[in-house]
Amino acid sequence: MNFDLTEVTLRAFNKALHELPPTNAGTLEVTGVQGQHAMAVGADTDATVHVRGSVGYYCAGMNKAATIHVHGSAGPGVAENMMSGKVIIEGDASQYAGATSHGGMLVVRGNASSRCGISMKGSDIVVRGNIGHMSAFMAQKGNLVVCGDAGDALGDSIYEARIFVRGEVASLGADCIEKDMTPEHLEDLKSLLAEAGIDDVEPSEFRRYGSARKLYTFNIDNAGAY
Amino acid sequence: MCGIVGLFAKSPEIEAEMGAHLSAMLITMSDRGPDSAGFAIYRDPVGGQEKLTVQSEDPAEFDGLLELFRSTGIAAHEMLVSDTHAILRLDVGQTEAARSILAEQRPAIRIMSRGNAIEIYKEVGLPEEVSNRFGLSSMKGSHAVGHTRMATESAVTTLGAHPFSTAPDQCLVHNGSMSNHNNMRRELRYAGRRVETENDTEVAAAYLSWRMDQGQNLGAALETGLKDYDGFYTFLVGTETGFGVLRDPIACKPAVMAETEDYVAFGSEYRALVNLPGIETAKVWEPEPATVYFWERAA
Repeated sequence: MNFDLTEVTLRAFNKALHELPPTNAGTLEVTGVQGQHAMAVGADTDATVHVRGSVGYYCAGMNKAATIHVHGSAGPGVAENMMSGKVIIEGDASQYAGATSHGGMLVVRGNASSRCGISMKGSDIVVRGNIGHMSAFMAQKGNLVVCGDAGDALGDSIYEARIFVRGEVASLGADCIEKDMTPEHLEDLKSLLAEAGIDDVEPSEFRRYGSARKLYTFNIDNAGAY
Repeated sequence: MCGIVGLFAKSPEIEAEMGAHLSAMLITMSDRGPDSAGFAIYRDPVGGQEKLTVQSEDPAEFDGLLELFRSTGIAAHEMLVSDTHAILRLDVGQTEAARSILAEQRPAIRIMSRGNAIEIYKEVGLPEEVSNRFGLSSMKGSHAVGHTRMATESAVTTLGAHPFSTAPDQCLVHNGSMSNHNNMRRELRYAGRRVETENDTEVAAAYLSWRMDQGQNLGAALETGLKDYDGFYTFLVGTETGFGVLRDPIACKPAVMAETEDYVAFGSEYRALVNLPGIETAKVWEPEPATVYFWERAA
């Protein structure tokens, strides 16, 4: 199915997406894309959607099972609260990409800006380029893989999410520390990179970061770390 | 919320269509700011003359204004009235005298801007209405900035709309809200600067003008501002020769830029830029937090 958004409304396309069967839903093409908000949100189907252009806020929000492939850049909040499926951004992603995402995979082939993976709860986020400040803030579960550099305050107040960064980290946030990379982590990283379609970097080039586990519950002895 | 847009021409083709492009960009940002809208356009400087943009709710106030100025010895060359605004051309160095005359004899008239090239138009209403009232689409210019307002820190009035101009040929539009504007306003007034409204953005603009009068260039003034401003902001600042961009270090307020051989464009969202020529192949990026960007043409 093809949807030319210069001829049909975004709402008509999103409605058609919502009415697809959960399985064997096929492929959809969206053209005439001009930075619209809430593109391909709330999918509950295994459809593959190709979005030909750059999108605005909240693309692929709450995605479940669908593969949403944006052939352009994405505005703030792409794949926010994703439950499962896969979201691929060929260009850059703006702030809070993958915020609160519970599952599935978000791939950003360009850079992601600030607050990438904020409060992520179990998804995998793979960024080919760099990420901005305050990324993985209060991240609870899942993996954030960054092939480039990370901005300031990475992983501030992090819980049990894992962060892998290949380049420089400007600074770590409160309670986020560098951790050992074990063979198990290297295996996981290898499969994450493969699933994201990235084959020009090696897992051994990354460093791992995670929680020092001092801020989970308030302890007066750790007051200075807040 | 608020929306901001800006366009800086690098080619005569973009200069010729400056108003048409800016109008389309402004209207696209209507749902970020339906309360009021405004724009500053830089055009038609004439050597030895300065332009004064004035505003009045009742355009009848403009009647006889040229004659009034001339009778007090001010060399006033022409006046072009456009709805609630009028552009006066005076000899350089006479705008302060003109300001005094207006304050005494036509107190209902407000000064929007002064300078060699700047003209500011702003009103309450939807961006499309404001653009149409002043005929933005047919204006030519070297660069322009625009704003659609969703008010937070002061009332929805013409004077609360953006851009704010606090020095010749300077103006500022703002997405965000300042937390320390009351204190800054007191400090600026104490330093002898004119701050006319209770609006937070005017304070931010007046601060930059103050720093630039102390000898800083726009880039340095913006860098100093990073230390003194407290609040959320994405600023777009116009000067006679170009414009600059600054986002606060947290950078919650959105910003997208695009550059080609023909122009540099700014929008709160990518949507605002989609109709610009060659946008498909333009360099499009998000300006970094706490980083000053500036484009200027040779004077």
